[in-house]
Amino acid sequence: MAGSTVAHDDHDHMPKGFVRRWMYSTNHKDIGTLYLIFAIIAGIIGGLLSVAMRMELQEPGIQIFHGLAAMVYGFEGDAAIDGGKHMYNVFTTAHGLIMIFFMVMPALIGGFANWMVPIMIGAPDMAFPRMNNISFWLLPPAFILLLLSMFVEGPAGAYGTGGGWTIYPPLSTSGQPGPAMDFAILSLHVAGASSILGAINFITTIFNMRAPGMTLHKMPLFAWSVLITAFLLLLSLPVLAGGITMLLTDRNFGTAFFAPEGGGDPILFQHLFWFFGHPEVYILILPAFGIVSHIISTFSRKPVFGYLGMAYAMVAIGAVGFIVWAHHMYTVGLSLNTQRYFVFATMVIAVPTGVKIFSWIATMWGGSITFRTPMLWAIGFIFLFTVGGVTGVQLANAGLDRAMHDTYYVVAHFHYVLSLGAVFAIFAGWYYWFPKMFGYMYSPMIARTHFWVTFVGVNLVFFPQHFLGLAGMPRRYIDYPDAFAGWNAISSYGSYISGIGVLIFLWGVWEAFSKKRVAGDNPWGEGATTLEWQLSSPPPYHQWEQLPRIK
Amino acid sequence: MTNKLSAGLAALASLGTSPALAAQPVDWQMGFQPAATDIMEQIRSFENYTLWFIVPITLFVLALLVYAMVKFRASANPTPSKTSHNSLIEVIWTLGPVVILLALAIPSFNLLTAQYSPPEADYTVKATGYQWYWGYEYQTENEVSFDSLMLQEADRVAAGKEDVAAYPRLLAVDNEFVVPVGKTVRLLVTAADVLHAFAMPAFGVKMDAVPGRLNETWFKAEVEGMYYGQCSELCGKDHAYMPIAIRVVSQEQFDAWLTAAADDVEAANRNLVAAIEADAKSVDVAANDQN
Repeated sequence: MAGSTVAHDDHDHMPKGFVRRWMYSTNHKDIGTLYLIFAIIAGIIGGLLSVAMRMELQEPGIQIFHGLAAMVYGFEGDAAIDGGKHMYNVFTTAHGLIMIFFMVMPALIGGFANWMVPIMIGAPDMAFPRMNNISFWLLPPAFILLLLSMFVEGPAGAYGTGGGWTIYPPLSTSGQPGPAMDFAILSLHVAGASSILGAINFITTIFNMRAPGMTLHKMPLFAWSVLITAFLLLLSLPVLAGGITMLLTDRNFGTAFFAPEGGGDPILFQHLFWFFGHPEVYILILPAFGIVSHIISTFSRKPVFGYLGMAYAMVAIGAVGFIVWAHHMYTVGLSLNTQRYFVFATMVIAVPTGVKIFSWIATMWGGSITFRTPMLWAIGFIFLFTVGGVTGVQLANAGLDRAMHDTYYVVAHFHYVLSLGAVFAIFAGWYYWFPKMFGYMYSPMIARTHFWVTFVGVNLVFFPQHFLGLAGMPRRYIDYPDAFAGWNAISSYGSYISGIGVLIFLWGVWEAFSKKRVAGDNPWGEGATTLEWQLSSPPPYHQWEQLPRIK
Repeated sequence: MTNKLSAGLAALASLGTSPALAAQPVDWQMGFQPAATDIMEQIRSFENYTLWFIVPITLFVLALLVYAMVKFRASANPTPSKTSHNSLIEVIWTLGPVVILLALAIPSFNLLTAQYSPPEADYTVKATGYQWYWGYEYQTENEVSFDSLMLQEADRVAAGKEDVAAYPRLLAVDNEFVVPVGKTVRLLVTAADVLHAFAMPAFGVKMDAVPGRLNETWFKAEVEGMYYGQCSELCGKDHAYMPIAIRVVSQEQFDAWLTAAADDVEAANRNLVAAIEADAKSVDVAANDQN
């Protein structure tokens, strides 16, 4: 398939010096690595926040946050209790924003897509390498702004923004007048700009820089998934930017878009937010679909079953994803007919999603399956995503959602599709491409232990939350009636196990880099057919100086 | 833990048959709270109905995965097939889910419609969310209005609410929202500062309280007793500390309460509790006693 895979050591133009190579980088692989490092750091911070929340929720009553507030902000006595209650909300908010904007998106899109899409489509680099650089370098300041927001005043006498990742007004306007919310809004603006630039770059790259012979219908599914994701980003993020700009002017310049006393309506923000927010959750999961397709095919030694169906299922999910946003708002007082429409539209999404699940299984069917580490994560993904998917079908029904909305049932649902779905796919991709990206093979024993510990841990965290939700426990609660204690304790234990899983992951990375086992160009055998496996590991600084030709 | 778990399950099982209602969550509860309104009964049965689809689908996917993993492992099947298309099966797994979704959609739309088809209202009450308590306003001849704050542990004795099973921590309030049994209450929900949400799990009611909007919902409680819910939209630091407590009483008790409450709500509440106890219709706490 490929024309030439000669390494180009003698004229690779690799910049000399740390700053020139990493700060000024215009190389998609180096930028991809930066994104991955960034995502790991952000993921650890976001994960620590969630473990703190689970420690708090392990028993009824306030366990640690008054102490945490006293320690971090210097509150004393009763003020520490109040400070701690707000701090808990700050943690839920920061956990959500960090995991979405600074962990999953940078890992899947900035990291894996940056690394692999140009290689897979036979392109030497991204279309706009310098824009790629700024896409990445906008993220650290955005992340720092968000972290800073936790240390400046939010509501009177407390620190940080505690409005949830959905930042609904009036809690995010008149409810928290201090500058913390402005920091968070600015953080989202900067992160959003970063993503929009990245999306433009991917769309241009994929449309214009495919190797000769690689038509869209021959393009690998991961590239398809990134193309669709990029369109979702490009169309949805400006709406968020508009919404949060209105929030900013409501807060600082006397407008009243969302303030009823000035003729505005808080619900308008929810429509704007979810018009972005719902495509956003597909932005988080579509690249995961792409990665899983490759891994299932590679380790079954079979081509993807129903390739075109898989590609257009993603197109359908992306398109329908734009017309279902108000299913997050069934209880805000929508009219009956509005709710009927959103129930119907939401249920439609189950059809292409089902096509994908069944096609993955059909890809395995008749294959010759080896259970190497990436395959474990990918199969785990399929099952756990199915669990999250079917509870999503329940939640789509407005009549039933009436009882589940804003309870832990919803928390369990979206963590099954994201924390157990997208994150499993991230680890699958990590273990799949790690030997390609860095040239070393990790210890399969450590990697498998990481999988099993994480699998047990996250299921213990989130499965009991279904029960809590049905029993009526609302989300974003620092304290709960004593009857909820049992399942909350189990959930907290699960979170500690998952935390140990993260440590095992880091140990595995350290072990791989210290042992330096050479992975070889293609450690996965003949099932790995996409172009990246025809290059050396790690690939040359500039690949495809002679473009590969696709039959 | 096993004991607690089995006790919880036993409690759950008994709830299905017992006419007396637990109106609050119980230890190790795994499902919805028992229904106190017809709407919640419909929600419960629809939830059960959906489980008949989603649990088998999940198990089916799991079974297919396990079968494929065993049957087509490399050692058992060294030569992979090259099949990558099968139009028939692709049509089947596209149309199959459509049929399943239709089977879900029809009762789902019926449920949704039922929720928006209230009978003629007997009473209208406005609930207003504040940071961090609820205010209730009865739109009756003698206007009754009061605030309902979470019961502080220090005030239990003074309020005569020492019974933690009947008045649980974080759920009990100082002044309950009192309604008559078997009557349709139209509930208008709004908020004065930030978003809140009025939620009553046993009634199948959840309605956001939005400043500048007056949302309307309704319920018709079928069983007397005390019911607890909690604010269900993030509203700031004390979001977890603004419960909703509804006391469903007989029409006579309600009439007496309403008349007395026009002058003095606290006295009316004390009289009401005394009347309920006198009628030996004490708040049902059976589910809690089992633990």
